[in-house]
Amino acid sequence: MTIVRETLLPPAPPPRRAAGPVGWLRDNLFSGAGNTVTTLVILAGLALLLPPVFRFLVTDAVWRGDSGEVCRPEVAGHPVGACWAFIGAKINYLVYGSYPAAERWRPNLFFGLVALGTAWMLWLDAPRRGLGAVFVFLVGPLLSYGLLSGTPVLGLAPIATSLWGGILVTLVVSLVGIVASLPLGILLALGRRSDLPVLRYACIGFIEFWRGVPLITVLFMANVMLPLFLPGDLTVDRLVRPLVGIALFASAYMAEVVRGGLQAIPEGQGRAALALGLTRWQAMRLVILPQALKVVVPGIVNTLIGLFKDTTLVSIVGIADFIRVLEAARADPRWSAPTIPATAYAFAALFYLTFCFAMARYAAFIERRLAAGERGRA
Amino acid sequence: MRLVRVTPLGMLLGALLAASPAPAQDGTLAQVKARGHLVCGVSGGVAGFSMPDGQGRWHGLDVDFCRALAAAIFDDPDKVRFIPQSSAARFTALQSGEIDVLARNTTWTLSRDTAAMNFPVITFFDGQGFLVRKSLNISQVKQLDRATICLQQGTTTELNTADWFRTRGLSYQVVTFANSEQTLGAYESGRCDAYSTDKSSLYGERLKTAHPEDHMILDEAISKEPFAPGVRQGDDAWRDLVAWTHYAMIDAEEAGITQDNVDRLRGETLSPDVKRILGLEGKYGQGLGLTDDWAYRIVRHVGNYGDVFARNLGDGTPLKIPRGLNALWTNGGLQYGPPIR
Repeated sequence: MTIVRETLLPPAPPPRRAAGPVGWLRDNLFSGAGNTVTTLVILAGLALLLPPVFRFLVTDAVWRGDSGEVCRPEVAGHPVGACWAFIGAKINYLVYGSYPAAERWRPNLFFGLVALGTAWMLWLDAPRRGLGAVFVFLVGPLLSYGLLSGTPVLGLAPIATSLWGGILVTLVVSLVGIVASLPLGILLALGRRSDLPVLRYACIGFIEFWRGVPLITVLFMANVMLPLFLPGDLTVDRLVRPLVGIALFASAYMAEVVRGGLQAIPEGQGRAALALGLTRWQAMRLVILPQALKVVVPGIVNTLIGLFKDTTLVSIVGIADFIRVLEAARADPRWSAPTIPATAYAFAALFYLTFCFAMARYAAFIERRLAAGERGRA
Repeated sequence: MRLVRVTPLGMLLGALLAASPAPAQDGTLAQVKARGHLVCGVSGGVAGFSMPDGQGRWHGLDVDFCRALAAAIFDDPDKVRFIPQSSAARFTALQSGEIDVLARNTTWTLSRDTAAMNFPVITFFDGQGFLVRKSLNISQVKQLDRATICLQQGTTTELNTADWFRTRGLSYQVVTFANSEQTLGAYESGRCDAYSTDKSSLYGERLKTAHPEDHMILDEAISKEPFAPGVRQGDDAWRDLVAWTHYAMIDAEEAGITQDNVDRLRGETLSPDVKRILGLEGKYGQGLGLTDDWAYRIVRHVGNYGDVFARNLGDGTPLKIPRGLNALWTNGGLQYGPPIR
């Protein structure tokens, strides 16, 4: 006689308190006294904070109107939150600055090019990504320049940069910084680790100089001091001056981030690559650099997000970037209601939040994807 | 290399290479004519003086002054580019030749005049004033004895206020704030009895309060703030042109020539004064390096001083700034144009 069961008992469902939403809550939010208190405090904070924000941005907001009067409580008939009608009335100025209305298709096409290049580079399964890199770093910039600034040969009238403004300028400044600082930063990082002393010290000098000065000084130097030093018959466009400054400034920071990645790769990797018969340049390009850049994705994105937000500093030196045009638009006495300043800043916050959050999420996605190769190895 | 986007790197190179040589030796007028447009430094965001509308087109008293200059030179008020200048960078921008004229509600003072720039003419007479609640029931600044006054940091208003109150033996308390929003906010919340800055700005600030009708601006001003366009030193011809652009608008108003009737008057007037202003008699434009109908162009495209004032600051706008010192001398103001003859 055997007392061994021949069939398995059907699995019993987990106890009710350990499964489903209740179980999830118990496991994650209320697993101990400390955890429970933290959860409750945060919930209380949100309950205190979110309703007024929501009320200001949505419930009490005024969406339509053709003057600031509609955003006064007496006229609206209720307490007034954000005055989105103001943003609506000024939106063309906020996006394009003083770019001539008849030519606005050009910035629009530029935004399209940006979207195309971004998608091409960021969507990892996109076709011909090598071609995409050429587009992003070479064709796109030249095309955008010809498009925005004008190419008389193609019948595109020249548009002076003093007419550019708003989100257009903020994107141009950020993108120039991003596209220039990545390759430049990698070159500087490689130069700093070079065996050639002249090259190494030149790179160290460059990096330390640009890291040693505040961005605002660079911008003041570019836009206020530089014109006094240049000979009278030489003028450099006043948008290009801070662009160069920002690109160089960002490259120095990028170089240090990339150098961190290079140093994280064990020396054996390079030696192994050389032993396989690769040249030094191939070893760098095919073995070391891909691994190094992978390590520093969070650092790179961190620098890029910082750069994107730092571009608002150009408003101090009189470049009509997004923040500057928002300030100028607020001066209109026909749109002077008590909540207009808060509306303008809320709009700016949403704009920057959207872009920075998107960058951060994409970086997180890339990190997960790159980490897939490491899984199970440990 | 996956975190990258498109952009104008080429812009850097392209624009650097495109750096155009400008003739440095010629006078400003010749440079402007060769370039095909005027470059005007404005403040970019001061109600009634220079501000963009929803389409990015500029409006305001300072802006219209530049348009008048462009109209006189090119017969086209749109041949002008506006470059907003921060108050820190405005004087260097003029000296370095980045702008031809600075029309940026700038107060004409001795130190600024002697420090490498000239102020050809006063386009707007302003002064430091006080915004107070109507419920205070006062009409003169001296009634603000023992009052608390809200001011913005880093402006000359602190000094002016101190001077004015001390010389009269009045006591007062000052609270300063970093920017105009905070200053106005403090005034509205009742922390101060009065908010003081240039009168021209106070009219705009008043509109930003929750109940503009509860506040008033005292007539009196405790400082002199003559706003004047700035030009580089050493270019007398340009200086003349800038001054006479303003005088033409004043003289046109005095002679009754407005933007509406200028074309009719040009056809039928018998007044020698009007004929001289409109370029029908005499050769008065040549001395300025312009055509003889230069003042006609100004009035036709931009209007006389009264038109410009009404359009940007006066009753046609929410600001409703009274003419006050800016009335014609014939109406008890200070705007007095030398004769065109």
